[in-house]
Amino acid sequence: MSALRILVPIKRVIDYAVKPRVNKAQTGVETAGVKHSMNPFDELSVEESVRIREKKSAPGGVEDICVISAGPTKAQDILRTAMAMGADRAIHVEVKEGEDLEPLSVAKLLKTAVEQQKSNLVILGKQSIDDDANQTGQMLAGLLGWPQATQASKVEFGEGDTVSVTREVDGGAETLKAKLPMIITTDLRLNEPRYASLPNIMKAKKKPLEKKTLADFGITAERRLKVLKVTEPPTRQGGGKVDDVDGLISKLKEMGAI
Amino acid sequence: MQPWDVTSSIRNLQIPIRFLKSQSSIPKKKKKANKMPGNIMRVCWRPPRVSDRQAQQLGRQTRQTRCWRRAFSGSTRRPLMATAGFTSTQLTVRDAIAQICSRFPNSYWRERDLSEQDPTDFHAALAKDGWLGIALPEELGGAGLGIAEATIMMQTIAESGAGIAGAQSIHANVYATQPLARFGTAHQLESTIPNIISGRWRVCFGVTEPDAGLDTLRLSTTAVKQHGRSYKVTGKKIWITCAQVAAKMILLARTTPLEKVEKPSEGLSLFCIDLDRSHPGLEMRRIKKMGGRAVDANQVFFDDYPIPADALVGEEGQGFKIILHGMNAERCLLAGEALGLGYAALGKATAYAKERTVFQRPIGMNQGVAHPLAEAYMRLEAAKLATYHAARLFDDSRTDSSIRPDAVGVACNSAKYLAAEAAFDACERAVLAHGGMGYAVDYDVERYFRESLVPRIAPVSREMILNYISEKVLQLPRSY
Repeated sequence: MSALRILVPIKRVIDYAVKPRVNKAQTGVETAGVKHSMNPFDELSVEESVRIREKKSAPGGVEDICVISAGPTKAQDILRTAMAMGADRAIHVEVKEGEDLEPLSVAKLLKTAVEQQKSNLVILGKQSIDDDANQTGQMLAGLLGWPQATQASKVEFGEGDTVSVTREVDGGAETLKAKLPMIITTDLRLNEPRYASLPNIMKAKKKPLEKKTLADFGITAERRLKVLKVTEPPTRQGGGKVDDVDGLISKLKEMGAI
Repeated sequence: MQPWDVTSSIRNLQIPIRFLKSQSSIPKKKKKANKMPGNIMRVCWRPPRVSDRQAQQLGRQTRQTRCWRRAFSGSTRRPLMATAGFTSTQLTVRDAIAQICSRFPNSYWRERDLSEQDPTDFHAALAKDGWLGIALPEELGGAGLGIAEATIMMQTIAESGAGIAGAQSIHANVYATQPLARFGTAHQLESTIPNIISGRWRVCFGVTEPDAGLDTLRLSTTAVKQHGRSYKVTGKKIWITCAQVAAKMILLARTTPLEKVEKPSEGLSLFCIDLDRSHPGLEMRRIKKMGGRAVDANQVFFDDYPIPADALVGEEGQGFKIILHGMNAERCLLAGEALGLGYAALGKATAYAKERTVFQRPIGMNQGVAHPLAEAYMRLEAAKLATYHAARLFDDSRTDSSIRPDAVGVACNSAKYLAAEAAFDACERAVLAHGGMGYAVDYDVERYFRESLVPRIAPVSREMILNYISEKVLQLPRSY
């Protein structure tokens, strides 16, 4: 089996615990002065890659774990975090603040990155929590013509470059099998990301971080979509209280729900 | 279990984390409307993390810890302190420490304070991830960062609700090891430092004596050389934190009698000794105290207690000079701990002031409640600037010879003074803002308040700092 060269795309997003606020111009959410962190699903991807290496679960071993992020200079912080968690090196693609890439541009960028880095496995979050598009992994698989297993809750390696991926579906667990090279997108139950230890945080400072521009990938930040307006959801109306189960049933009947 | 805990744990299960956060900012009446889940995704984002389970086992959880409990790594609370001006390394330290501390919520520390049990698992958690070596050299397995980074670590620990107790459980491991790392022999360093960083051995600092508190040079514990091979220690030490759980003590003792030295600062020596509790020449007695009860403070009695000659750190007779290196660092750390405590208390008080409704409006709407808290905030911010200025000066002085040692001393002492006062102020106001509930253990601020006396008293009193500034900066005649 071939040694794994894993590419882990990660994104800097508003911290999941921050309540986002719409900006005054209603063109997006306020990002200035707001705490940002690594997209939580991407933490799962980094963790999974590192675990594949540590647990030696891939017969061919892990040759390289490379994290890549396209974003403002601050995105280097999350690249360092990923390296503190165990990634070997990082690539930062400088994108100006406010010039966000759409999923298709990201997928095109990653396609070139995969070719440049000679990756044979891409593990990425199923979606980023800012625009929740859930498209990049699928588009990347399409562009590369590679098999994809989305929303993974378990990843196992077999003989002859085969990978089994379990994903949670409505009726239970679905297991997919494919051959490398392939794309895996991560879901919540896959693992529990680690805390970076102090020695690893210090080591991460010395790991290589390559700086690139969109032009290096033959991409421009053009947009196909235009955001017309962003608004807060309407305030929800409060519900009523019922005394007991009978009360609940009669209330539901009253509303025509049962 | 208290009624508010029942409702809160139910809320915790049902409501997205970010709504819990926003609740506190609105008056009670509107709460219902805001309780509706706005974004289902947020609810789904709670994988069964070990940290969650552990935290649940710890029992009751307070509002604050629930709010920033994590479904993913990354601290989730927005602390009050402004973070502009900190370096990215410092902020990384702050984030990483906050993540670890989130597994040890207020309820943990409340329980430890009542049971007076050492937070061994907290110490172990920090040691596991290498944090005890933050300011120790890289060659010895440390991270080689400065006192500024160590200070922000201590602040973050105290701020998490761990308070002075949490900070003290590791405090000596961070600063008392500084003179050792600087003056110890290769053998001493290799045999002790890695064990301290890994958490296998804990350290206590043995300087203070019942008859020589601030007047350190008059300490009467002696180490008498026995035929060149070893020393025997006789004397008493007091306020030795963590002596019950420590394996090692950094001990300052007199090796040449006061009458026989030219200057009183000579004749003292520093040792790094084993604490063999089974030896009849060593006895410890725990002191009952006002706050920080989770960590033990002790009287330690030595009676012909033998220590090997190679326990000596640096040159014999130069102990006082050596130990001074640790003292300014300690002032900075303690200032950081005080700040953390102050911000924690202020955070509790503001949350309560937003939430608590009297006369159909939140009490924080009353300027009589709001203004003292606003003032406490400004004082903390000012003290923060003084503290990190001092820490930076301390770190820079190692490489920049233009920084005079007394300038570092002035900055570190001023920082300790200002941070201790600001913290005490914030804690007192937090208790008062809570009204009757401020007196209840479950609201945590009484614990903070009790602990806020520590940085005012230790390691040097307010009055001695004022004396020092009067003499060294203002050049007024010494009064004592």
